[in-house]
Amino acid sequence: MGQVAEPAVRTVALGRDFRRRLPKGARKGSGSKFEVTQALEDVSLEIQKGELFGMLGPNGAGKTTLIKILCTLLLPSRGEAYVAGHDVTKDVSEVRQRINMVSGGETSGYGILKVRENLWFFSQLYGVPSEEAKYRIDTLGEILGLTPKFDVRASRISTGERQKMNLIRGFVSDPEVLFLDEPTLGLDVNAARQIRAFVANWVRKERRNTALLTTHYMAEADEMCDRVAIIDRGKIVACAPPHELKKLVQDDVIFTLRVKAPSEGAFEFVRDVQGVRDFAASRSIDGATADLKLVLESEAAIADLMSALAARKVELIALSKSVPTLEDVFVKLVGRGLGADDVVPAQAEAKE
Amino acid sequence: MSERTFDRTDPFASFARARGGGRLHKGKVGTFIAAWQARTYIRLSGNREPSWVFFETILPMLSVIAYLYIYRYLSAGSPDADRFVSFVVLGGAMVAFWLSVLWGIANHIFWEKQSGNLELYFVSPVSPMAMMLGMATGSLVSTSLRASATVIVGVFVFGASFSADNVPGALLVLVVALGAVYCLGMCFASIFLVYGREGEHLAHSLQEPVFFAAGFYYPLRTLPAAVQALGAVVPLTIGLDAMRQLLIPGVEGFLPLWVEAAALPLMLVGFAVGAHFSIKHMERKAKREGRLTLRWQ
Repeated sequence: MGQVAEPAVRTVALGRDFRRRLPKGARKGSGSKFEVTQALEDVSLEIQKGELFGMLGPNGAGKTTLIKILCTLLLPSRGEAYVAGHDVTKDVSEVRQRINMVSGGETSGYGILKVRENLWFFSQLYGVPSEEAKYRIDTLGEILGLTPKFDVRASRISTGERQKMNLIRGFVSDPEVLFLDEPTLGLDVNAARQIRAFVANWVRKERRNTALLTTHYMAEADEMCDRVAIIDRGKIVACAPPHELKKLVQDDVIFTLRVKAPSEGAFEFVRDVQGVRDFAASRSIDGATADLKLVLESEAAIADLMSALAARKVELIALSKSVPTLEDVFVKLVGRGLGADDVVPAQAEAKE
Repeated sequence: MSERTFDRTDPFASFARARGGGRLHKGKVGTFIAAWQARTYIRLSGNREPSWVFFETILPMLSVIAYLYIYRYLSAGSPDADRFVSFVVLGGAMVAFWLSVLWGIANHIFWEKQSGNLELYFVSPVSPMAMMLGMATGSLVSTSLRASATVIVGVFVFGASFSADNVPGALLVLVVALGAVYCLGMCFASIFLVYGREGEHLAHSLQEPVFFAAGFYYPLRTLPAAVQALGAVVPLTIGLDAMRQLLIPGVEGFLPLWVEAAALPLMLVGFAVGAHFSIKHMERKAKREGRLTLRWQ
């Protein structure tokens, strides 16, 4: 019988609580001084070697908490976690030998040092021989187009360049498992695309490395990941390849409506429209318009919805039928959209 | 660019690997030393700003010079005048080390946390002690320049004089005392792993009392015994007192020289061991309480 390969990452019923001291006035009945928030709850997953695994969820869902535990920066409150077969709470040194981490919007490094010096410094924390570090930095810099900035102080490079620097930092140690926490956060389209291609290539070329990517960009998870776990309020609600997740909504009819936004909460009536299964609403930044993502039982429901909108004098700007995306899956499973500014929670549970 | 060639679609295949095919690295000890050296380099690189000379070397000298003028005025015509000048110059030089320990080592950890570097240190396999030692070594070198400048100005401008016979012994005392005080700094630094602003308050609260109790600018013997005892906890106090006894003829120390010579190595070992365990303990506590990383994350 063949030997079963150890997963690159494995967690068993992993949980993490955070305690926050309450101000005196805010202490309720029990009089407890602390408020406990469950950031992660019963998370069990396996990520195989050579897999590019995505964690998709809104802000505060628990993605970063999971990464911090796997990177040995945070102790779990419950459960077990292993990286490359090593317990993250007991075999800390073994785990750290094999990993690296890159976060989006990271401001690490030393502004007074040149980009090259910063990269060399971080390579030394992994004991990479200096000549080899230089080769790796040169090579990765050339591929990511950062070489012209190598002799510029880190404080004087752009956000995109800084993120490329961070990415090279993550790869220069030649990790087995790389944790990428929203690596394209705040980047322009080109820089984000370049970074996605680079990471995907790293994992897929020979399937010897593993990446765990957290994101709240649907397209990023869809385009890059072999499998995606959808996480919400600390719990994993689904885990499968993107195409399989999308099967969950393939029978649904999905429409997106852009309307002139009335006052807050004005979309509550949508939940009562016949044939609407789920919906999520998000306002534009200026608050003038709102997008309604609707999961309908059939196209016939759109007529009732139009009538309902007209009755409430909600002005329609655009209407389009959508191909199912991971966002639709998220809306279906969680009952609201991924955007931080979602204004109306959907009624998934209420309807069921 | 290195001469090795690489495939743009798989540059990682060209990375050198260890014999067994694993990740290439220098081993545990080699990595520790490499990280130590690299962190020292970072600290020394801060000195490439020309303003450093003014802010870190010339400006701090003003407070030493102020004391020199006070003593000159008070002891004008007294045979002890020269001795006071030498006394203050030596104390002024040592002040720089105490400030560097508080703000360059301990409080600096807070800055590292805020900038996001701290978590990268802890994700890497290297011991945090290597980072701390690197910071300490870099600070030691930088601060030695400031301390040397104080002594040079003291000797050539204000006429401070020291006994040349005991210079080797004084240097030995200096090295051991600085080793001990920087290890004490690492103990403080571990507090900053867990506490942020609270740690900063601690640094503030330690600065002035030590200035007072260590006798940087006046003989410790003039202070009450309880304050002397408190001051003796800081290795700089004992080191400074021993150096004064060795270098300034006629100075009476607050402890016999042999006691100080015996205490300093013990303090060095004690604080080094203490630093090791306090960093380990505080790392564990910080991981349990979620304080190693930034709150916004």
